Order: sequence, then C-alpha cells, then structure tokens
Amino acid sequence: MDLSQIGPNIVKLWQQYWQVFLLEGVMNTLKLTAIAVFFGVLLGTLVAMAKMCRFKVVRFFIGVYIEVIRGTPILLQLYIFYFVLPELLPFLALSPFMWVALALCINSSAYVSEVIRAGIQAVDKGQTEAARSLGLSGRQTMLRIVLPQAVRNILPALGNEFIMMLKETSLASTFFLGDLMTSYLLVGGATYLRFEALIIAGVIYLCLTFPLSKVVAAFERRMARGTAD
Amino acid sequence: MEQRTELIKTVDLHKSFGKLQVLKGVSETIHAGEVVSVIGPSGGGKSTFLRCLNMLETPEQGQIFFEGVEITGRKVDIDLHRQKMGMVFQHFNVFPHLSVKKNITLAPILVKGMSEAEANKKAMELLERVGLADKAEVMPGKLSGGQKQRLAIVRALAMEPDVMLFDEPTSALDPEMVGEVLEVIKGLVETGMTSVIVTHEMGFAREVSDRVLFMAEGVIMESGAPEELFSAPKNPRLQDFLAKVL
Repeated sequence: MDLSQIGPNIVKLWQQYWQVFLLEGVMNTLKLTAIAVFFGVLLGTLVAMAKMCRFKVVRFFIGVYIEVIRGTPILLQLYIFYFVLPELLPFLALSPFMWVALALCINSSAYVSEVIRAGIQAVDKGQTEAARSLGLSGRQTMLRIVLPQAVRNILPALGNEFIMMLKETSLASTFFLGDLMTSYLLVGGATYLRFEALIIAGVIYLCLTFPLSKVVAAFERRMARGTAD
Repeated sequence: MEQRTELIKTVDLHKSFGKLQVLKGVSETIHAGEVVSVIGPSGGGKSTFLRCLNMLETPEQGQIFFEGVEITGRKVDIDLHRQKMGMVFQHFNVFPHLSVKKNITLAPILVKGMSEAEANKKAMELLERVGLADKAEVMPGKLSGGQKQRLAIVRALAMEPDVMLFDEPTSALDPEMVGEVLEVIKGLVETGMTSVIVTHEMGFAREVSDRVLFMAEGVIMESGAPEELFSAPKNPRLQDFLAKVL
C-alpha cells in the first residue's frame, strides 16, 4: 500500500462519491437511529413500567425479556429479525430495512427501560413519602414529584443511548441496507480503495457523535446544577 | 378530669423489618390539643411508631384509629386521612424541582382543589410567619438546612392538618440552625396544634410537651408528664438512658 497516496485518494474518493456517503449513508443511518431510539424509548417506558408493576408474573417475564436482549449479541438479534421472523410472521410484510429497524428498536427498549427504571429509583424515597404524607395519591406523586426529578437522571442517559445506537446501526450493513457502513462497502468495493473509504466513513461517524456527546455532557452538567441542594 | 377527644389511638401495633421486630405491641392514645414527645434510644421504634400513625409504614398487626376511623382497615382511602396529618421529616424532603412557594401550594391546589390565588395568598402568609417571605420564588436548593425545615413545616401546615407529626426534625441540622426550627415548632404548639414529636432534644421535649413517651425495644416503657418523667424516672431503662443523654 502506497501511504503517500492516501491523502490524494481520499480527496478523489470524496469528490466522486460524497453523495453516496452523505445523501445515502448518513441519511439512512440517521433514519435507522431515529426510528430505533424513538420507538425504543416509547417501548422502553412501557417495559420499565411493567418491570415496576405490582404483579410478580409480569415482572418475571419482563425481567426475562430484558436479560435475553441484553445478554445476547445485537448481531444475533438482527439475524433473527432479518432471516427468521419474516418467515414466521409473513403477514407483517415489512421491508428488510424495517425489520432491522424493529430489531434495533426492541434492542434499544431493553437498555432504555433500565435507564428509566434506574432514573426513577434514584429519586430519593423521602420525596415520595413527603408527597404521600401531604395526601397526594400514588399517581399524583409519580407525575408531579418523582417523574420530573427522574427526567433529570434519564435525559442525559438517553442522549448516550442515541449515540450508542447511531454506531450500532452500522450492523445494518451486514444486510446491505444503505447505512453509512454500506456506503463504505459500496465505494470500497467499487474502487478497491478500502482504507480511504473507511477513513471517510469513520470521520463522518465522528462528526455525528462528537457534537452529540458534547451536547449530552453540557446537558448533564446543567442537570447536576439544577438538583444540587 | 376534663373530657378530651381521642385524635389518634393505636392498639397493639406490631411491625417488623425482615427478622427485626421494631414494634412489639404499642398501644397509645393521642388526644386533641395534646403535645406528645417521643424519646428513647436509636432503634427503639420511635420513628417507626410515628410513621405508622399516617401509614407510611404498614403495621402487620394491631389497629390505628384516626378521628374515630380505623385507618388500618382494608377499604380506607388513606390519602384522605393523610391530608389531615402533617408530617415533617428528618431530612426535610422539600421538593427540589419546585420553588419555595410551589412547594407549599402544590398539595392544597392538587389535593384540596384550592384556587391558585387562594393557595398563593395562604403560602405567603405562612412564609411570612416563619420568616421566609423573601424566599418565595427561590428554589429550595438555595436554602440552608434550617430554612428548608421551616419550609417543610409550613408546607405541611398549608393543608390545615389536625395533627402534626415531627420525625426528628432537628437531627439533620447544623447545630446553629436547631434553634430557629425549634422556635417555629414551639410557636406552633403554642397555638394548640396537636403534635407528636420524635426528638433527641431533651430540653425541648421537657419544655413544650404535655406528655413524654419513652420508647425502647419496641414498646413504650414509660409515659408521663415531662417533670415526672425527667425528674423521677421509674423505669431502669429510662434512668439509664437519661443518665447517658442529660
């Protein structure tokens, strides 16, 4: 490999293929991430509530759900959603892209539910006791006292979940689904300039995650200031 | 003896945490207008007894009657009765995400359906009373421990309770702030507010109480007027306890 050519090659690749990377790769990566995190948060909230409900049977099965998802590789889950489930559930008629989005969303829900549960349980028990002692119902206490404080713990962690998910969508390239890693496969394969294509993809991932992680960090600091007492 | 209304009555309360038996049969009656202090060694069941009175702890045996209603009964709407029992905690438990004023107005508006204007007016009166009127719009994080506890007291008062329960209200305070909080409690009991006060401040208990309960090992070992109990303790556990703390 002629290292001196890397710089010029990158420039050349970029000029020729920037649309593949940006318009297709980045767009699909963001689309997958947004779908996975948005529905992951919705589903994760339900899972968290179920995990804290009063019925032992429900708590048990939700516990199994969370353990199975967190205890198996995401790639294995993607295989199941891509190859097995469409055959088992043909009536759903989802596109391969949507099957993968669904897998990521289910995966995200398990992590998000634990984030939410931890955020709620981190709120001091004395807050609940004070609210209940004033005559607030369990529901009012949750909505007016516990959740507003839990959000401070939860939001920064959800930001991190978004960043994690953004990177994990690269696994969609296993099925050639048009995300940023697929762009690398396309461009690298067509030009045989694999290293250069990887650098371009890597820099783009960094450009996406670095500002996000800075935003999350700033947010965390603000939240920490808000609760200090 | 004058006719007195029974406000809270407990019958043979038992409570365990795991294998640890904390209350081993506590029967006691608090009358309207009475100021009762509960003293005793840590782990003797004082706080648990107090927390049972508004059902923050559920006793596994025994009954609690509040204003004639058995609140340990199965079909009781405990939220309704808690509105009439104010509670002040050792660690203040003010709501950090609400301003000082909103800490006070939250429950009257939400639970009693009071109008915001009325609740605000009342909150300002109460804040005035404890010298915190200038802090109304401040977040509680900016308050000192003593100020937080004064806020917690008026937050409970805003519900116009029939009884106030104090769970070691000065134990978490820096020494220089104990006085200001005790002053507020003293002012309150002088208005005739029925109060049950779990405390380690013996001087205070002696000064403000109509009656003092000495709790140890999960039972009330001695009960009586403060002069008797402090000057002529009969129970050997109490004699031992007073010798150590006084």
